[in-house]
Amino acid sequence: MLRTIIKTVFLIAISASFIFSTSPVTAPVPFDVPLKMPAGFSSITVAQNVGRARHIAVHSNGDVFVKLDRLNTGKGILRLRDTNGDGVADDTLKFGTYTGTGIAIKNGYLYASSDEEVFRYKIDAKGEIENPDAPEKIVTGLVNKRQHASKSLTLDNAGNIYVNIGAPTNVCQEKDRTKGSPGMNPCPILETAGGIWQFKVDKLNQTYAEGVRYATGLRNVVGLDWNNQVNDLYLMQHGRDMLFQFYPELFDQKAGANNPAEEFFRVKKGSDCGWPYCYYDNDKKKKLLNPEYGGDRVKEEICAGKEKSIVQFPGHMAPNALLFYTGKQFPEKYRNGAFIAFHGSWNRTPEPQAGYFVVFVPMKNGVPNGEWEVFADGFAGENINRAQYRPCGLAQGADGSLYVSDDNKGTIWKITYKG
Amino acid sequence: MCGMKNAIIVSLIALGFAGFSFTKEQPGGTALKASMARGKKVYEEVCMACHQPDALGVPRMNPPLVKTKWILGDKKQLITIVLKGLKGGEIEIDGDRYDNPMPPQEDNLTDTQIADVLTYVRNSFGNKASMVTTAEVKARRKVGK
Ligand code: HEC
Repeated sequence: MLRTIIKTVFLIAISASFIFSTSPVTAPVPFDVPLKMPAGFSSITVAQNVGRARHIAVHSNGDVFVKLDRLNTGKGILRLRDTNGDGVADDTLKFGTYTGTGIAIKNGYLYASSDEEVFRYKIDAKGEIENPDAPEKIVTGLVNKRQHASKSLTLDNAGNIYVNIGAPTNVCQEKDRTKGSPGMNPCPILETAGGIWQFKVDKLNQTYAEGVRYATGLRNVVGLDWNNQVNDLYLMQHGRDMLFQFYPELFDQKAGANNPAEEFFRVKKGSDCGWPYCYYDNDKKKKLLNPEYGGDRVKEEICAGKEKSIVQFPGHMAPNALLFYTGKQFPEKYRNGAFIAFHGSWNRTPEPQAGYFVVFVPMKNGVPNGEWEVFADGFAGENINRAQYRPCGLAQGADGSLYVSDDNKGTIWKITYKG
Repeated sequence: MCGMKNAIIVSLIALGFAGFSFTKEQPGGTALKASMARGKKVYEEVCMACHQPDALGVPRMNPPLVKTKWILGDKKQLITIVLKGLKGGEIEIDGDRYDNPMPPQEDNLTDTQIADVLTYVRNSFGNKASMVTTAEVKARRKVGK
């Protein structure tokens, strides 16, 4: 008996040392970071301390691809694989030498972006990246002036990719973020930024000349998703900052924290969502002229004709990911509804910060059909003004699980429903 | 709220002392307190939105003002940052850069307000450094033009 125990221990030790010496495991087994969710849902921590995990994509074989905003040992994309089926990633492949935000999988290709370019990698039938060091460069030369530089992306079913080109400014003032500086009219930034550009998925080295400005008047969009049910592009705009600081006579501290709305749009080719001339006033429930353009919280003028958003959220919460849920695992009410990851605010100071959660918007046929609700919370930890985790990316697994990434500590969660 | 009230009381006391000590010239003591009280107001009105109430900033957007080499270092460089602003991405702390620009304050704040706010920041949030004077800001403004 004793002998068999010793033998077993010995064998385990050998196999353990074998595993340690061959598998490229870098991080220790993660501790569980629990999230608050509705009854029946639970979460496990797939990976931890992976770096600045921006957007994520999950392949049909369960591999989780993570786009990093800061290089991890020289690489900007991670492939996290769970080889023993316990839900926790135990094998990490690193590739891509650029930082960025966007990542997506479509029809056997992995798409990823730096802050200026978009690349794609062929994924073979076994789920391996064919040439991790030699991707095809499909888009190049996009505006990157640091502010709002994330080139987040999504794809349709007709061979097009949609890329956010955020405006490198708050509200197109002559002097950015400077009190009293007027808004430029027309805003020249809109020619090369402040909108969503459409490119072909299979043409190399496309620049602005080959792209189509699909939607404009968008300050910065980090979360966007193609809705396959109704075949339209949906996106979340990050609203402008500094209303209370620049216009205390129009916005008191609370109004400045809650305005403007973070807006959820359904856009068509040619949509103009109003930035920088207009903002959505959460108190007046209307799109109004921005004060830099002569607005006084009453005047609508050109804003009456701009694209209307379909849901408006409190100010500054920074919606960084949008995902239409098409899985069968979650209860019926979630089907075809939208999950939105809010990265969390800073411009609500001195009011308490807000966001740092994942929200659900119930929808039917591409139209919201109920109030939005907080779905997953607890990311901030004890002090909402010094959040521990910041939700940034969302992805759906083949089994209908929902994945969430955090770019503050580098955590990936998998949320499942067991009823 | 309570902190606010205390701050107001402290600043009133400090201002009172400053009034008394005008004839005596005590740069390290009451003058410091008076300047800090005025500087706190400037900080709250102008800087706090970005650098936050605890001065620890916002990750990758606005840098902290706690024990950085700019806050504690060469006063000339520090004054110039506040006068002229920064483009965004110019400051690096522990490998992180910050995406927002820092707006120039030369048209927004007086020399005394800039001296006060820098004196306040250099002696709050765990920082400890000498005062910045109105004359020092005036000198930098001349260089810049
Ligand atoms: C609109 C946001 C904003 C406001 C308002 C602002 N700052 Fe900054 N500040 C920044 C950013 C962003 C940087 C870094 C810019 C860069 O790296 O190019 C910075 C950098 C600095 C630095 C140098 C770096 C460091 O961390 O030590 C100092 C000092 C500073 N700010 C002080 C102030 C003071 C004092 C005020 C108020 C008078 C102020 N700032 C107002 C955004 C702001």
